[in-house]
Amino acid sequence: MTSERGTFGTRSVQFAFLAIAGGAWWFATETGSVSRLLLPPPASVYATLERLVQTSAFWSAVLVTLTTIAKAFSIALVVGILAGYLITRSKLAMDVIEPVISGLFTIPITLFFPMFILFFGIGSGSKVAYGATYAFFPIALNTIAAFSGLEERYLRAARSMGAGRWDTFRYILLPGAFPVLMTGLRIGFFICLASVLGGETISSVAGIGRNIALAAELMESARMFAWITFVVLSSVTLNLLVYSLETRLRSR
Amino acid sequence: MNEPAISIRNVTQRYEGSGASGAVLAIDEVSLDIRKGEFVCLLGPSGCGKSTLLNIIGGLFRPTSGTCTVAGRLVDGEPHPDQIAFVFQESTLFPWYTVIENFRIALKFKGIAKSEWDDRAMRALKSVGMASFAQSYPDQLSVGMRQRVNMARGICVETDILLMDEPFAALDEQTRMVLGEDLSQLLAATGKTIVFVTHSLAEAVFLSDRIVVMTARPGRIKTIIDVNEPHPRSPDFMLEPRFSELRNECYSLLRDEIRATVAAQRDPQGADA
Repeated sequence: MTSERGTFGTRSVQFAFLAIAGGAWWFATETGSVSRLLLPPPASVYATLERLVQTSAFWSAVLVTLTTIAKAFSIALVVGILAGYLITRSKLAMDVIEPVISGLFTIPITLFFPMFILFFGIGSGSKVAYGATYAFFPIALNTIAAFSGLEERYLRAARSMGAGRWDTFRYILLPGAFPVLMTGLRIGFFICLASVLGGETISSVAGIGRNIALAAELMESARMFAWITFVVLSSVTLNLLVYSLETRLRSR
Repeated sequence: MNEPAISIRNVTQRYEGSGASGAVLAIDEVSLDIRKGEFVCLLGPSGCGKSTLLNIIGGLFRPTSGTCTVAGRLVDGEPHPDQIAFVFQESTLFPWYTVIENFRIALKFKGIAKSEWDDRAMRALKSVGMASFAQSYPDQLSVGMRQRVNMARGICVETDILLMDEPFAALDEQTRMVLGEDLSQLLAATGKTIVFVTHSLAEAVFLSDRIVVMTARPGRIKTIIDVNEPHPRSPDFMLEPRFSELRNECYSLLRDEIRATVAAQRDPQGADA
């Protein structure tokens, strides 16, 4: 557990780091040591972002990406937790399937992205499939770890107290597995976000990633960085949201 | 003498081994009657099947053959939480619940009405002097405090029988002695029937009315020793010559069995673990 002061100290260092990175960016463009065509100054990126958020095209692109992420993550969450949990119910499945899943997770699934395009087309379907596939692995693996890692002694104690199957699941297995399960969901979510954006950048017709790739192709670097800044700020905010949600759920 | 609280008849437990070791005979034809309100220790070398016997009494394991009846009811691999409570090592407190929540969940599982949960929990916590830690998480307590709480959790369900599986094994000698005294006092106050598994000689002599000394695997009853000393017992009992005599008697009975166990572990032909 981190103390108040510890949290404050950590936050200060993190903000100082951000400020230094921003300062370096500003300095590099101001002194002309980097071509403005490649790296525009922060002020012009900010001005572009300000103009961008007032267009409806911006928000419809954001909506496309968010919908894709939501679909991909929902699929990964349901399939990952269900598969993970069912695997832990059988010793045979644990011996046979678990190593296969963790083995598959080590291969770069990006290699299959062209296949997803072939199967599901250039629209958001391929990105949903890609994001869901990538996020499935950490969710399933952490679900397996969460439910199989629970010590036998807790189950034995619950049984001796007369707990039935449902009570054991609801009050022993689930709360015992919860922290590791949540870690899997958090990792899965951010992998899903990265895959969807990455997929959009490589090949798509709409969404944030598509706009970033387009701006780069047209050498509109201020526009590209405006989009990137938006994504970075959104990710940081999301991470904080997920973190506080996790802490609140855990304290139940 | 009326009906025994626990009656064990010809109980045998065999584990189907895997690989070269083959089947393991853990308990061989054990019969034992335990009176109501009696404190019985199962004492034996590690692996002699004393915990297995306790799990059979508690309905967590079904014996390969033989029967176990508790107050006239047959226990056949199904727990009887209305009659029997278990106290395992302190690490079986659920770490995701606070102390009071650990009690509530035990009472809920047993099917006690919600309105009684907190009353019963606080009463049990007070009896072990832990009432002010009701809102703490187990991690925030010392090992000794956790075991007090864990004992109280076994007491709060108010069963006639308490089965304790090496509850003090993880504690240091001093904490162990203090908790032993507490247990002796609680026993005298409640009149519960207690079966206690241990491999500590002093603990067995200090706590028991009867000590059941078991043989090395396969576990059989070697001897039963009577300790004629009323509860609650004071630490002074440990200073009496009779205490040392009983302890030495237990040791001389166990010595051969411990040697047999160690020899079995050392010799690869004889190893079955």
